Parts: sequence; C-alpha cells; structure tokens
Amino acid sequence: MISGHLLSAADLTKDEALNLLSTAKELAAITDGPNKKLPTLRGKTVVNLFFEDSTRTRISFETAAKRLSADVINFVAKGSSVSKGEGLKDTAQTLQAMGADAVVIRHGSSGAAKRLADTQWIQAAVINAGDGTHEHPTQALLDAFTIKQHLRKDEEDLTGVKVLIVGDILHSRVARSNVLLLTKLGAEVTLVAPPTLLPVGVSDWPVKVSYDLDSEIEKCDVVMMLRIQLERMADSFFPTEREYSRRYGLNSTRLSKLSKNAIVMHPGPMNRGLEISAESADDLKSVIIDQVKNGVAVRMAVLYELLGGAQLGDSK
Amino acid sequence: MIKINNAKLADASLVDIEISNGVITNINKASGIKSADGIDATGKMLLPGLVDLHTHLREPGREDAETVLTGSQAAVSGGYTAISSMANTNPVADTAGVVEQIFRLGKTAGLCDVNPIGAVTKGLNGEQLAELGAMADSIAKVRIFSDDGKCVSDPLIMRRALEYVKTFNGIIAQHAQEPRLTINAQMNEGSVSARIGLPGWPAIAEEAIIARDILLAEHVQSRLHICHLTTAGGVELVRWAKQRGIQVTAEVTPHHLLLTDELVENYDPIYKVNPPLRTQKDVMALREGLAEGVIDIVATDHAPHPAEDKDCEWQAAAFGMVGLETSLSVVIKTMVESKLMSWSDLVDRMSVKPAQIAGYENQGQTISKLSPANLILIDPAASWQVERDKLKSKSKNTPFDRMTLPGVISDVIYNGKLVLSSGKLVNGSNE
Repeated sequence: MISGHLLSAADLTKDEALNLLSTAKELAAITDGPNKKLPTLRGKTVVNLFFEDSTRTRISFETAAKRLSADVINFVAKGSSVSKGEGLKDTAQTLQAMGADAVVIRHGSSGAAKRLADTQWIQAAVINAGDGTHEHPTQALLDAFTIKQHLRKDEEDLTGVKVLIVGDILHSRVARSNVLLLTKLGAEVTLVAPPTLLPVGVSDWPVKVSYDLDSEIEKCDVVMMLRIQLERMADSFFPTEREYSRRYGLNSTRLSKLSKNAIVMHPGPMNRGLEISAESADDLKSVIIDQVKNGVAVRMAVLYELLGGAQLGDSK
Repeated sequence: MIKINNAKLADASLVDIEISNGVITNINKASGIKSADGIDATGKMLLPGLVDLHTHLREPGREDAETVLTGSQAAVSGGYTAISSMANTNPVADTAGVVEQIFRLGKTAGLCDVNPIGAVTKGLNGEQLAELGAMADSIAKVRIFSDDGKCVSDPLIMRRALEYVKTFNGIIAQHAQEPRLTINAQMNEGSVSARIGLPGWPAIAEEAIIARDILLAEHVQSRLHICHLTTAGGVELVRWAKQRGIQVTAEVTPHHLLLTDELVENYDPIYKVNPPLRTQKDVMALREGLAEGVIDIVATDHAPHPAEDKDCEWQAAAFGMVGLETSLSVVIKTMVESKLMSWSDLVDRMSVKPAQIAGYENQGQTISKLSPANLILIDPAASWQVERDKLKSKSKNTPFDRMTLPGVISDVIYNGKLVLSSGKLVNGSNE
C-alpha cells in the first residue's frame, strides 16, 4: 500500500491490514443505512479491467466504487488473456490517456497487476483483482473481515483462529493471498489438499499441510472450501470428481464434526455437490453470503485508502 | 601485416607477434620495444578467438530480431570469431538449402565464422529425421544437429539420430526438456514459483532426458552434447557418464552461471528464459562443474527477441536472452575472479573445447607460429557498464543491463584481419 497499489497481500503490513478492516467496518455501517452512497470519490474514475470473466468480483468492485461516488468504467477484454502482450500494454496506455485514477485488474497471467504497476504504461493506482494463479488480495481482506466479524469481533486481530483451506491450493490465488494475510493477522492456517494440488515449495510457507480432511475438520474454527476446476481432472490432478468429493468435499458428515462456533467459507462461485454439499453451503455455519456482502465494504476501504478521498469523518 | 607488441598470453608470458596472410607469422618473447606501426598491447591479454556452439541468429524468418550480419557484429563485439547458428529459424534449417543460405550470409558478413547447426527432425517436429547427410555434405559441412528450442523427446528418434550421425562424425545437441513435465512451464519449479504462482519447470524434466540420452549414447556408441545444462542433478549425471567413458559433452550459459530464479519475483520478462533460471545451489554446482571440466564449454544461447516480445506480461513474453556481447565478461566475473578457473581454463572452455567438439579446425588453436590468426585482445583489469541500447545485437533483451562487468575487449582479429579495433567494429571488414 505504501507503493500506492494493492498487488499482493504481502504489500500490507499488519497495521495497514487492520486499518483497512476497521475502515471497512465503518463504511459498512454507513452503507447499511438508508442512503448507501458517500461523496468521497466524486470526480475519480475507476476502471474495472477484466481480462477474465468474473461477474461477482467485477460487480463487487463496481458497487464499491459507485457507493463512493466514483465514475466506473467496465472494460471487459475477454479471451485475450495470454494471447499477445500488446493487449495489456496498449490497453493500459489507452486507459492512461482517458484519465483513469485506479485500475482494478483481473488477468489470467500471474504478475499482470505487478507489471502494470512497475512499468510506465499507466500512472493509476493498480488493484489486483486476481492475477493468474498468484494472488487475489481483496478476497483475503474480505475473508479476514468475515472471520473477525464472526470469531474475533472484539479482539484486535485473528490470533489463535484455526483456519483450514481446502482444495486446489496449487492453482489458487485465493489461497496464496489468504495464507499471507491470515497468518500475518495471527491465524493458524492449515492447507488440506491431495499432494497433486499442493505446490512444490509449499514447505516454505508459514502453514501446516495435511492430505487428510477428516483428521483436521474437528480442530478448526474456519473451514474455507476452494472451488475445484473440473478441467483439473483431465490433467490427472485427481481421478474423478466423485473421488475428489468423497475425500475433500465438505459434506454433511464432515459438517457435523465441526466445532460449535466454527464457520464455513467459500470464495464462490460454488460447485454445489462437488467441493461443498448444498446442506453445508446453506447451513447456519455458512457465512458465504456475508463474504459477498463484506467484499463490497472491504473494496470500498481499499479504493478509499488508495485514491485518498476526503477524510472519512468529513464524508459522514 | 598486423603487429601486436607486449601482449600477455593466458599462461602469463609476454609476447610480440606478427600476423599476415591469415596466420601468425612470428611470435617472440616480448622485446619491450614498441613498433610504431603495431598495436601496443601492454596490460592486455591475447587469447584465441572465442567459439560459440549455441547462437540464435533469427535469419531467415525473423530479421526484425537479428540477422546473420547483426549477429556477427554482436559476436565480434563479444570476442567471438566463430558462432554456430541454431536451426529454429523460419524456414527451419533442416535442408542443405537453408544451411547453405545461412553459411553464405555468414561469409558475406565476413566478421566471423558462421557455422549452421542443422535440425535433427524435419521442421523440428520430433517425428521424422531431417536430411542430416545432405546438410553434412553441403558447403556448410554441418556436424552439429539440434532441435534446440524443442527437445527430441521421442526416445526412438533420438536413438536413430545418434546412430545415424556417426557416418560423418556428427553430434546431436540435445535441448533436454521432457515436454509432458513442462506443459505451459514458465519458471523453475520451487520455492519462488510456489510463492508467485507461475507454472513450474522442474529440474527433473531436464535431468530425466539427460539420463535417458547418456544411456542411449552409451548404447549406440555415439556422441551426445547437452545444451544449456542448468541443474545440480544434471552436473552429477554428466559426471557419472564421463566416468563411464560415455561420449557426452555439456555446455552452460553465462546467465545460468550468474542469475537465479529469485529475479523472477517482479515478473519482469527480461528474466524469462528456457531452460529457466534455477537456484543458487544449482548456480554453484554449475560453476564447480565448469571448473572441474564436467561441463566442457560455455555457450551463449544468444536468443534475440524484439522489444514487444518482452514489453508485456510474463506469460505472454518470449523465452530468451541475448548473450554474445556479455558472455566473456560474465565468465570472467563468475569463474576467474572467483578463482575457480585460470585464464587457461577460460580459453579452454570458451575456445579450445568448443572448437574441438564442433570440429572447427581454424578455431581454438594454441597461439603459436603458423596457427590461424583468430585472436582477441582484452583488458582484464578494466570493467564496463552494460548498456542495452549500445549492444550491437539488433535485439536488446539483456538481463545484465546497467551491470558493471570485468574485462574489456579492445581488438578482434578474424582470419588475419582486424574486425574490431579499439573497441569499434572496423568499417569495410565485411568485404
């Protein structure tokens, strides 16, 4: 954040992250009222630059920007993610010429947001909304916000919260950002996946790793299920979707083993019946809808911090 | 006639030499007298011209990235008097016609020997042998064959190629990369790739092919050359093969002797190269392997790419780095300054051995009376700062930009003619 961008959860110090979460909390309180809109970013232009389809992330950022009165341009460049490099450079220069103040970028290539920030292609603040299999920092912020809301409401940070992240860690930007952020905030993270879906080099991460969901499920406070991509099956990461679901899915048996106050999370979109059963997704322990709601507040906080609007107090 | 006075040889002796008709006509212990019409080489070293067995020149097909002429200019600026153009041009150098075209372009440029490497398989498709014999018999006299850029992954095709080239004492230069283990691979698989989320290119994908091919070479009693070795495990495999008497040689690139995968952290595609930058442990093993002679030679894998192929996001970028102009300096820095190798070792790894492997008879010769005058003069005590825009190569994709490196090349003599004089390319040397 010191750099004026949000590219990785690693960019945030613990204090900056906690500050963002408390800003998000204040903003959430305001937008829960009858008038959801604040004038804070009036006159600022936020571009949603999406090289990959992601309706939920895009509308979350769009809602966040609009609630702060920014002008929002949606630029959806489908299918051109890794075709030819000029795509990103030329697009960035075009947006620069049009006067974008912030670019929210979703791209299929790991590091695309970092490239945008490091090159001279564009001067705007860059917010990484998911780059390849690298990171998705605002997802981690909204997850941290949601965990705090449910399990550490009055504490300063997430010390001692036991988080299981289950599924395709290898290809998951959500997992990478969450590992960085949640451990920084004091949580104890355990990754659960078949060995094929864990990166070589995961032993350097500040986490515990397990191949066995059943041995971990009773001990956790948070179980975060990751979406499994069906094409992974064709590449032999696991034999069949049924086998995956049996071994790593959150079904009613496993749901019943969760401790009393544990919560169920999923970044969405869900494959109901695959990594998460319908009863788990809809159970009282599930905070999946809260995650979506909190996503707007957290993204408002990020835009607010990066675009340096008026003081929060002034805008009330 | 060219006279050079008071030059220091790799063995530290000081000499005066005279060159005419393309050969060294006189070599004497330095008299200390400076002849008015000679080159004063006081403080400089006189070495045989460097020989590269792995150069991408991009002509025919991608003349916007490099031509035989601009590649030759880069070569001479880097102290090379012989380079070997890889076959992955467009069209592929898989026929006598294409290799003869490249050979002639090299002659026309006239700055250094340009020896084409022929493709192993037609169109680099890995399926059917190219006309290896026709390329061997052509005026280009091809002896090295490689599908570099791609691995000859089919073990049967590799076996046949190794066997077939024995007819004309050829050698297969293998780009060792198991294709199934490197689908969409972007960087070394390890700690950094796990963190930054780029698909990994595991060391095992290189080592599995090296292991297979040294066994094949042993079985059919043929010559195998391993291109751009990058892993500690690969060094061990080649050491083992040599102990068994298998005819295997190996090369390492300057960039793999200096750079590691930590540099990929910022996703700057200038560091994107195939095989990828590895870990510090691999770098140290490569240096030791080269010092020990397990790795026989340094080869540049000079791979020019136009700006747009690097000025983009990582995954869209091309693999490769230019290297001809920085190679000697990087080897001095990593191997000589670190005391791992002597100057004689450097001459062996960068000139003598590569010439022997390829059978380039006029190259890599001892500096003595009547030996061919392919020579370079360098100031080993001086250093220079790499500036990408000043490179002679048409492409500027160097990972060493703004780095200060030791060893300044002042003069290059090719076939008895000065082609680089006081650091400047000599006009009209391409007669």
